Amino acid sequence: MRSVALKTARRAGRRRSRRFTRRDLAVLVVLLGIPVLLDIVIIWGPTLASIGLSFTSWDGIGDIHWVGGENYRNLVDNYPPFWPAVRHNLLWLAFLGLIATPFGLLLAVLIDRGVRFSRFYQSTLYMPVVLSLAVVGFMAQLILGTDQGVVNTLLDNHENPIDWLGDSDLNIWMMMLAASWRHTGYVMILYLAGLKSVDPTLKEAAAIDGANARQTFFRVVFPTLRPVNVIVGVITVIESLRAFDIVYAVNKGRNGLELLSVLITDNVIGEASRIGFGSAIAVVLLTVSLGFIVTFLVQELRGARDR
Amino acid sequence: MTADIRTTSPAARGRSLAGGDRRGEHPRRRGRFGVHIFLMAVSLAFLAPLLLAVYASLRPYEETAQHGYFSLPDHLSFDYYREALSDSGMGEYFKNTLIIAVPAVLITLFLASFVAFAVSRIKVRGGIVLLMFFTAGNLLPPQVLVTPLYVLFLKIPLPWWMSDSLTMYDSYWAVIIVNIGFQLGFCVFVLANFMRTLPQEILEAAIVDGAGLWTQFWRITLPLCRPALAALGTLEFTWIYNDFLWALIFISNPDKLPITSSLNNLRGQFFTDYNLLAAGSVLVALPTILVFLLLQRHFIAGLTLGSSKG
Repeated sequence: MRSVALKTARRAGRRRSRRFTRRDLAVLVVLLGIPVLLDIVIIWGPTLASIGLSFTSWDGIGDIHWVGGENYRNLVDNYPPFWPAVRHNLLWLAFLGLIATPFGLLLAVLIDRGVRFSRFYQSTLYMPVVLSLAVVGFMAQLILGTDQGVVNTLLDNHENPIDWLGDSDLNIWMMMLAASWRHTGYVMILYLAGLKSVDPTLKEAAAIDGANARQTFFRVVFPTLRPVNVIVGVITVIESLRAFDIVYAVNKGRNGLELLSVLITDNVIGEASRIGFGSAIAVVLLTVSLGFIVTFLVQELRGARDR
Repeated sequence: MTADIRTTSPAARGRSLAGGDRRGEHPRRRGRFGVHIFLMAVSLAFLAPLLLAVYASLRPYEETAQHGYFSLPDHLSFDYYREALSDSGMGEYFKNTLIIAVPAVLITLFLASFVAFAVSRIKVRGGIVLLMFFTAGNLLPPQVLVTPLYVLFLKIPLPWWMSDSLTMYDSYWAVIIVNIGFQLGFCVFVLANFMRTLPQEILEAAIVDGAGLWTQFWRITLPLCRPALAALGTLEFTWIYNDFLWALIFISNPDKLPITSSLNNLRGQFFTDYNLLAAGSVLVALPTILVFLLLQRHFIAGLTLGSSKG
């Protein structure tokens, strides 16, 4: 039945497209053309160009030499910061995915239960999301600094303060905490919006069938949140791959805070200007991102077809 | 929601009919209390860094240098704010941010809503491909685009009245256009989802009345999208306002930098007055916080309809 309905709808659509006047077509071509062109020039063209550049050695000024896979070989074999950066990106992903995201979901569920002052909680928890990561990075220094930082003052260790941001074993954890501070609020808002649109009769039906709050949530409410889950999942992955501003604001992403995004920026706009090499790192990042993007879009499209 | 479930469950209904059995309410109330304590604690922890920055910005450096940031104040003043705004020229940087953010947000929303309209309302052929094309573009890591765009912008000449560097590089245009291109995908995605929830009949009625494509879009569809546009406007403003990377790469003249990058100017070469930096941070954070608080109600409403209904 549905396929028949779809077919007639499609046919109707086609019939309508023939009814466009010349002016309609002009509007369509111009207003669809500009964004498409912009997306090609700003996003997809440069992406392809980056892939091409990753097989060359180029310093940005001289000639472009084709070197094949040499950049990739160097990246894996003799570029010391590469593997630490990969490790940090994965750690970042695990931290956001296993701690910050579930915590955001928990907060959304609690607020959605209709507690008093929910507007206050909602605003406060979302507040960090609107802050620039540069500001977050600075606040981290205020709290964790060695000389007058709050944590060290509270610990009262003036003689021998803990260098939360300078110690290369500790600082990545502090940065992940600071990033989670923002990520949690964002996830919370998305889930809150999702929870508000869950059909209340579903929950009532579950209650009549004798389900308790936890069963209702995990067996009834959570499965209907699938579209939000997909979005949150992708945001978590992309945010962990993209993380940049906060470590750059603290110590330019050095000494324990190496991330792939930082290595690309260093190689491309740093003094060495090893553009081919930087592009190779970018392609590694791109490949990982694309895996998740494709998964996400397949899910989304399946959802769109069901609608 | 527990409360609602309990009161609608037959057992609870029976209990209340039996005449105010108080025992049934006690555990629920205690649960509520626990939730409040928890939410209050988390909220305070979330607010603490911000409050600390405000507190530090109001105190002179000598005082905090001696007693640390976590101490009782002797002097409180707005001097650092005055200094940040006048001596360090943060006012100028605010202006730069507005020059970039306002057109970028408006153009992004306009272009994205037309693409969304074409995909989900008039259902142009290949709409799904178009949707993928834009959405996937938004999810790519920005660093992948950096080099080719840098080279491209260096090669695009602009007349002197558009850019004093005479190229696209080191001009506001570069940052504006990259922001638009990069944010389009997300807006198209959200708006297409939103428009799918609007009743198709309204559009059909308009077509019967002889409305052209432009009228269908501008006069009929867009006004219905106000909640989604408000939510997106808030999000996009904060993202573009907070952008750090694009300006860092495409602008070399320090006078053209947006406000987020200007924080570095408050950092001295040999001595950094953290209380001055705190004042600067609060000033940077203020506009986005205000926009969010003002548009908060529309924000949640717009997100609700955009993210999962449909």
